[in-house]
Amino acid sequence: MRLNAENVQRARDLIAIYPRPRSALIPILHIAQEQDGWLTEDAMEHVAELLGLTSAEVYGTASFYDMLFTEPVGRHLVSICTNIACLLNGGYELLEHAEETLGVKPGGTTPDGEFTLEEVECIADCGRAPCLAVNWRFFGNVTNDDFDTLLGDLRSGALRETVPPHGTLNRVRRDLTAWAGGVPAAQAARQQVEAKWAAAPPPVSSPAPATPPTPPPPPGQAPAIKDDRGERQPASQPASEQAADQAATVEDKGDTAK
Amino acid sequence: MAESTTETVTITVDGKQVEAKPGEMIIAAAERAGVYIPRFCYHPRMRPVGMCRMCLVEVTGPRGPVLTPACFVPVADGQEIVTDSPKVKKAQDGVLEFLLINHPLDCPVCDKGGECPLQDQTLAFGPGESRFVEEKRHWEKPISLSDLVYLDRERCIQCDRCTRFADEVAGDPLIEFVGRGDHIEVNTFPDQPFSSYFSGNTVQLCPVGALLAKPYRFKARPWDLEQVESTCTMCSFGCRVAVQSSANQLTRYIGIDSDPVNHGWLCDKGRFSYQWVNSEERLSAPLVRKGDELVEASWGEALAAVAKGVKGAIDVHGPSTVAVLGGARLPNEDQYAWAKLAKSVIGTDHVDAQMGDGLPASVVLGLPRATIDEACAADAVILLAPDVKEVLPVLYLRLRSAAVDGRVPMVELSPRSSGLTRYCAASLGYRPGEAAAVARALVANQSPTAEVGGVSVEALTAARQAIGGASRVVVVLGRPSLAESAESVVEAAAVLAGLPDARFLPALSRSNVLGALDMGLAPGVLPGRVALDAGRAWWSQAGAWSSVPETAGLDAAGILRDAAVGKIQALVLLGADPATDFPDRELARQAVVGAGFVVAVDTFLNESAKQADVVLPAAGFAERPGTTTNIEGRVTRLGQKIVPPGTAWPDWMIAVELAARLGGDLGVETVEGLWDEIVQFAPSHAGASRAVLADRAHRDGLVLPLPFAAAAEPAEEPAEPMDPTAAPGIAAVEAPPADFSTAPAAVEKMERPGMIEFRAPADAAPLPQLDSYALRLVVTKPLYDDGTLVQHSPALAGLAREPRVRANHYDLDRLGLGTGGRVRVQSPRTSFVAEAEVDDGVPRGSVALTFGEHAGALIDVSQPVIDVRLETP
Ligand code: SF4
Ligand code: SF4
Ligand code: FES
Ligand code: FES
Repeated sequence: MRLNAENVQRARDLIAIYPRPRSALIPILHIAQEQDGWLTEDAMEHVAELLGLTSAEVYGTASFYDMLFTEPVGRHLVSICTNIACLLNGGYELLEHAEETLGVKPGGTTPDGEFTLEEVECIADCGRAPCLAVNWRFFGNVTNDDFDTLLGDLRSGALRETVPPHGTLNRVRRDLTAWAGGVPAAQAARQQVEAKWAAAPPPVSSPAPATPPTPPPPPGQAPAIKDDRGERQPASQPASEQAADQAATVEDKGDTAK
Repeated sequence: MAESTTETVTITVDGKQVEAKPGEMIIAAAERAGVYIPRFCYHPRMRPVGMCRMCLVEVTGPRGPVLTPACFVPVADGQEIVTDSPKVKKAQDGVLEFLLINHPLDCPVCDKGGECPLQDQTLAFGPGESRFVEEKRHWEKPISLSDLVYLDRERCIQCDRCTRFADEVAGDPLIEFVGRGDHIEVNTFPDQPFSSYFSGNTVQLCPVGALLAKPYRFKARPWDLEQVESTCTMCSFGCRVAVQSSANQLTRYIGIDSDPVNHGWLCDKGRFSYQWVNSEERLSAPLVRKGDELVEASWGEALAAVAKGVKGAIDVHGPSTVAVLGGARLPNEDQYAWAKLAKSVIGTDHVDAQMGDGLPASVVLGLPRATIDEACAADAVILLAPDVKEVLPVLYLRLRSAAVDGRVPMVELSPRSSGLTRYCAASLGYRPGEAAAVARALVANQSPTAEVGGVSVEALTAARQAIGGASRVVVVLGRPSLAESAESVVEAAAVLAGLPDARFLPALSRSNVLGALDMGLAPGVLPGRVALDAGRAWWSQAGAWSSVPETAGLDAAGILRDAAVGKIQALVLLGADPATDFPDRELARQAVVGAGFVVAVDTFLNESAKQADVVLPAAGFAERPGTTTNIEGRVTRLGQKIVPPGTAWPDWMIAVELAARLGGDLGVETVEGLWDEIVQFAPSHAGASRAVLADRAHRDGLVLPLPFAAAAEPAEEPAEPMDPTAAPGIAAVEAPPADFSTAPAAVEKMERPGMIEFRAPADAAPLPQLDSYALRLVVTKPLYDDGTLVQHSPALAGLAREPRVRANHYDLDRLGLGTGGRVRVQSPRTSFVAEAEVDDGVPRGSVALTFGEHAGALIDVSQPVIDVRLETP
């Protein structure tokens, strides 16, 4: 699917804030993925047109990143961690259970298109191992029963509010809204961030991860959800969106640096 | 480090002091000093990426010796480099073991086997043994990347050479790395093939057998191939090639890195054109017309028939009823022999090697010439030329790189966008016929205030800014469109010639057409770039010619016009096929029918030859020695590797025989003799003796005329050593053999005539008014055309595209048409229906077609411009 009119506008806003259009590639790919759940060939061709690149260049970049999908993905992307902390706490057992319940191997999608299962490396929620993410929202201390409940809730739509449609990286949209004012707004945001860093450099030795800088939310938007990392939460409860925010921030930063 | 005032820095490589140029990479500096550092991804003509790590060496820094990629780190004064320590050896072992982890080692069935940098460097630097016992990765083998290239992903070592080439050099980033880690592969976007005019270069660059040329795959083993150095003559750019053959068949061409010309690159048309030479349909015996049929005959019989026909015309109607058309395909020596035959023995000046797509010889030879290097280093380049990407593809690469890497501002005067448009500071899409007015506005002292020739004030202003203050301007000059007269282009060129120190690079693309002009195969000129009148005394007294025609003859259009009305009694087609090749096909067909007696000297029985009375088979590329001349006037040597099919003769030999049968004598019996005579008498070729040309210091050829000192003394400096991994497959390619057993005679003491100087022509005739329903026609040549040579190269024949009628969306909208719709094109001469294409690179009010059947029917060469109407069918 080509980008719809609203998304084309968002893409153009993004292109405007970078010195070179190509720098907007990854954020725009996230927009395309938010629209269709994965990157269709039409979408990649459209993005190439918008950026003055060849489709092959867009495809090359898109295929590099694990969070960008060039194949169809189910409505819920279930990412189960099997890295060290989760492995020690039963990550593989959870994955096996998921395989049995869903009837697919990692990389597979259930025939009804509801679930795609994937095995992932550490998703930085080790404190709540074994953990998983659904559409990049975190669920920790997941038992087999929790998992079954979670599937039921996802199917029934009970989690519609907390688990966004697949492909949606929440942070990207918020940042975009802030930058929609074009270059001046983006520059202002960047200056604010820089001022914040200059005033309080992050403690390097701090065991807790430093809160990454975020541009202020635009007026009228809810402030970011408070950091409740570390609090144990029962499964089937939405984990903090902050983790997803962080993932997105890291990516944003890498991107801007290009 | 403090800014150094010296031009070089000194580094130590394995204990040896080496002078290096600041900014150059360690690997290159070491190589010049004779130390070869193994490499895969590094390529001297591309930006370093440090992808493969094969080039690790120890460089002593503040923290002691550190393993450093030599291709990625520039030299610095005092640097100490060790390339053979145990640590380096261990690194090389490790890298090779790693690269071989997933390499299938199917060398016995790999095209690259025997010339493979991976094989060679594994043997020379590798561990000999691998600890990897797990399963290698598997891919479908091979997949098709394009019509010409296969990819075997199992063999790929991810060196990034092909992908970098496509992006950096060709500007066609259609192949990319897809995936990551051990899932990485080179690939295209799904269903979008790697259709680049330059795709074959990636096959040559690939340091393993991952990229394969479809026409060559499984055809030969490298060690069975013989090779000789030569020059591609599919266009006039003059790319150096290694011609490789086996069992009297050409098997492939490999680009040789000639610094002033092609940088090692070839276009796909040139690279795969060896196929026509091998074609089964080549003419291999003379043919003589018996009634309605052409039947095989002996050379004696055929030559007698030609002599009779030509002699009959001379005796009854005079020598000026004989005409020679064509000759651009021939090497210089053969062209000279034919010029001498036509002008001195027969006595006609109706001789033209250009087929209505060129410029008058006096203009091309008279304008100050630029070299390719000068164009690429100019302060500004003005393009008043055909689309160089289509007709001189590697010139396109050089100019593109000048614009992108060298930031040379370019301005294009063109009635349609071209391959270079996106690299131009301004593209002035003028209305056909009005180039001169636009040129005047471009160089005028006052800024433009109104639109000129269809070009807006803004575009003109941008163009004037781009060339403003430039003191060295190079104009790439040719015919932007076949549907617009040469006069209007010449008028524009005359305007541009007024720019201070302007130089011109001819964009005439026909094979050795520049050689043909130098050798006198054009009306009004004699060999050596001299005008007929100025050179008459010299050539008929000092230079072995028996006579020189009294008056200047007709050009191709004039010859055909006269032939069509029966005024040409004998027409010689020297590798020419006017019926499909002349812009005005109608006129050409009438001419071939109307000429009294037609002789075709050619490699194929083309459309025109089919109408001939006698057909003589000629030798083709790589079937004879000789020299050729490129657009800058650079003469290089052609190599012979195979013998011609059947009894085909080189063209010069045919000329010598015919001269004898016409009662004359060319006075030479060998190619060498011909060259000696040229060097002896042609003012432009003075000093370019066989010995000087064969000198390895001149392996890139000589740009003529030579400055006097260079002629006297060949340069001493040897050519740069060739990097064996840069162009796998051409280690130790040999120059064509040279024979000096017959020394040229000393030049007589007579004043040489001066060479032609450019004189501004009279202004072209006024254009007809464009009525508001008509569109002005633009006709361009595509790279893959319906010409004989492309159509006899199976790999290329299928690449020719059905021509579409291209126009601005504004003009097509009026008819309610979009891309793919059917449109009727109506002209006073013809009308046809074809597919339309929206192309906003065509200015409003114009319509563009590529040359072929339809365009040829529309063009009327007696008109300065062609106006057509578009209608819904
Ligand atoms: S295909 Fe060849 S040139 Fe391209 S990356 Fe692989 S090894 Fe290098
Ligand atoms: S650019 Fe011309 S000379 Fe070079 S390879 Fe192509 S056809 Fe041959
Ligand atoms: S190991 Fe599973 S989240 Fe870190
Ligand atoms: S890293 Fe230097 S040659 Fe590849």
